[in-house]
Amino acid sequence: MEFIGKTKIDFIGKRKISFIISAVISVVGFIAIAQIVLGTANLGTDFTGGTVLQLKFAKQMEMQAARQALSRNGITADLQQVSGGNQLLIKVGKTNLALGKVAGAVEEVFRKEFPSNSFTVESSSEIGPSIGDKLRKDTLIAVLISMVGIILYIAWRFDFKFGVAAAIATFHDVLAIFAVFFLLNKEVNLLLITAVLTIAGYSLTDTVVVFDRIRENLHKNMKDSLPTIFNFSINEVLSRTIITALTTLLAALSLFLFGGDVIHDFAFALVVGILVGTYSSVFVASPLVVVWENRAKRRTA
Amino acid sequence: MSKGLTWRICLILAFLLISAIYLTPTLASKLPSWWDTTFLPKDKIHLGLDLQGGIHLVLEVETQKAVEGQLDIIATDLEDTLNSKSIRYKNVSRLGSDRISVVLYDKGSVEAAQKLMKDKYPRLKLEAPFDEGGYQNLQLRMAESEIQNVKDKSVQQALETIRNRIDQFGVSEPVIQREGIRNIVVQLPGIKDPKRAIELIGKTARLEFKLVDEDVNPATATAGSLPEGDELQMEKRTDPDTGVVSETPYVLKKKTLITGDLLTDAQMRIDSQYNQPYVAIEFNSVGARLFDQVTAANVGKRFAIVLDNNVYSAPVIRERISGGSAQITGSFTEKEASDLAIVLRAGALPAPVKIIQNLTVGPSLGQDSIHKGLIAGLVGVLLVVIFMAVYYKLSGMVANLGMVLNVVFLMGALSALGATLTLPGIAAIVLLIGMSVDANVLIFERIREELHLGKTPRAALDAGYDKAFLTIMDSHVTTLITAAVLFQFGTGPVKGFAVSLSLGVIINLFTSLVGTKVVFDYFLGRGRATKISI
Repeated sequence: MEFIGKTKIDFIGKRKISFIISAVISVVGFIAIAQIVLGTANLGTDFTGGTVLQLKFAKQMEMQAARQALSRNGITADLQQVSGGNQLLIKVGKTNLALGKVAGAVEEVFRKEFPSNSFTVESSSEIGPSIGDKLRKDTLIAVLISMVGIILYIAWRFDFKFGVAAAIATFHDVLAIFAVFFLLNKEVNLLLITAVLTIAGYSLTDTVVVFDRIRENLHKNMKDSLPTIFNFSINEVLSRTIITALTTLLAALSLFLFGGDVIHDFAFALVVGILVGTYSSVFVASPLVVVWENRAKRRTA
Repeated sequence: MSKGLTWRICLILAFLLISAIYLTPTLASKLPSWWDTTFLPKDKIHLGLDLQGGIHLVLEVETQKAVEGQLDIIATDLEDTLNSKSIRYKNVSRLGSDRISVVLYDKGSVEAAQKLMKDKYPRLKLEAPFDEGGYQNLQLRMAESEIQNVKDKSVQQALETIRNRIDQFGVSEPVIQREGIRNIVVQLPGIKDPKRAIELIGKTARLEFKLVDEDVNPATATAGSLPEGDELQMEKRTDPDTGVVSETPYVLKKKTLITGDLLTDAQMRIDSQYNQPYVAIEFNSVGARLFDQVTAANVGKRFAIVLDNNVYSAPVIRERISGGSAQITGSFTEKEASDLAIVLRAGALPAPVKIIQNLTVGPSLGQDSIHKGLIAGLVGVLLVVIFMAVYYKLSGMVANLGMVLNVVFLMGALSALGATLTLPGIAAIVLLIGMSVDANVLIFERIREELHLGKTPRAALDAGYDKAFLTIMDSHVTTLITAAVLFQFGTGPVKGFAVSLSLGVIINLFTSLVGTKVVFDYFLGRGRATKISI
């Protein structure tokens, strides 16, 4: 069985359109990252410090009533319904209560205000601001180191221009995930960063497949123009680019649909990343090399 | 059959057998009794806290307080020594966080004091004496390196004490580690009463015995009006029925007569008369002698038992107590009394600890996560298997076999290495299901290309594996780079993800390049097949 037979799509020729799309994605991504750095994004408590409680109630608990009860007792909290039976996620940012006391205070409020609706604590996490700072710093270092590692490896295996183009395409994918999370106002937490780094590694796989073929054809074919060889190579490997993305996408989708609340956003980031990663290896990485090579040639000519 | 092929088949079977052995404890509901008598592995795959419930604490040791405490001890000691050598002084006190100042009345005693201090505390720096409004001021300074040393030791000691307490409390497979300069990570899996455990770990448990100053009325005393050498402390009592906290003030002599360091044992007992729990303590010989002296000299006075600046009780000394045993009574429940006995036995923390991170996961949430992770995994496997079988026919089934091998080897490896499986770790395995067939997709596509060029199945197969090899290596190495970085910087669940991912990628290299090739070689090698179903 074959989805697509021999194709002759002019990928490089469409670079104007794809560059515009990618530029828009990147700008939004940069805005999202700026928001994260400034601390105005929807950051998880693992980065900001604070308390998150997941309570499972015996009976239905109205969000409005819960919010009012908490604010009556001087606690401002973000509430969120969790699927699967009367569960509530309660997020409390920085308070003047000592760390270690917030979770207890929240539990006390529910015990007092809703004595007839008993609950169990499914999970609670309290994170001091110093941990959040350290984590933010560590994460930044982690992202930078893996980026540098990838550039070095690709530069070593291929050629500097390929390495930089692959790194830009990868960075583009990272920006895209942040952009999507920013637009949907989803929480940026440690799990998302994990997903982003995973995608950074994965999306390179696709780029490597394309680059490998381009390199092979560049050795075989000396007379055609660069865009022709690039287009020809991308078309040759197009079906495997799609199939490899598809199999991984199937796995990520099943995580997204059946993996439960804890990794729901994580799986979502993977799905977005796989799609964008496939797009970028064809429409961003390869055209970048062509543009760069052509410029370099023009300058020497 | 060629030699190389036999060798490769044996290798795969051996790996399969090892994985199966390591997975048996996890999969079997009960191991047969003969299993225990062998060297075979008995440990199940470790589940992370997010899967089995429990608490993850990060504690920060307030090391500055340990330094101050050390200086306080030296100051008290110095006072005693000066007294015993009959050197007259105005006062001895800790100054700031790195020095002790001794104020002497006259120049004549400076030399004697200097010599004494130099001999007794060689590790502290003695500053030149200076005149202070007619008095002579001598200062001992703790050098920066010594301060670091004290801080470092205090964290080490806190770690040991906490380990001790947890051991006595009884938690299976606890993790207690130092992290960074002054943090301690404590993981208690499967714990039922997290609040109680946190209480137990976080308590400084500095036990002090102090005399009550009977000359001052505590009801009217304020911190400002106390005579020198006295302090105001509270006794907090919680009514077990109403939960109301009441406070009773005490005026105590500041000087600590006996500390918890001198205990050898502490046990929870029940008072047979009032059915009230108390803690029975035993002193060592030094403690027993001190206790004997103090009680003999202060019959009729009250002796306050102070724990972490909270008065537990202040019984009247009725008679001289020799023999070195005493009781701590107070308003506690049986659980509280037995926890108090644990912390007293394990000893005090050298400095207070602050909880800077506390993650608690209930057991049902963990169960739910495992359940959902399994379903997601099964659906993922099913989708991929069907897709591969339809798209690549029999060859697709070979890739599927490779994928299954991949998962089994990965689980076996996780088990054998004692790695911890977390929810993100499960996610990594599910993701790997998709990624593990990718290598075979690259190979198959290459084989198809070679077949289109008119090569024979055998030649196309070899060319496919050969030419796809570098691409597969490259793509695996890049994933491995990010997985390694995640491992280095991640904590807890993220680390679990990185472990699963990196192991999976390495194993995948083997199953896709060696595992699936064996099947093809077997069928094509004997010339049985003249066509590849691809």
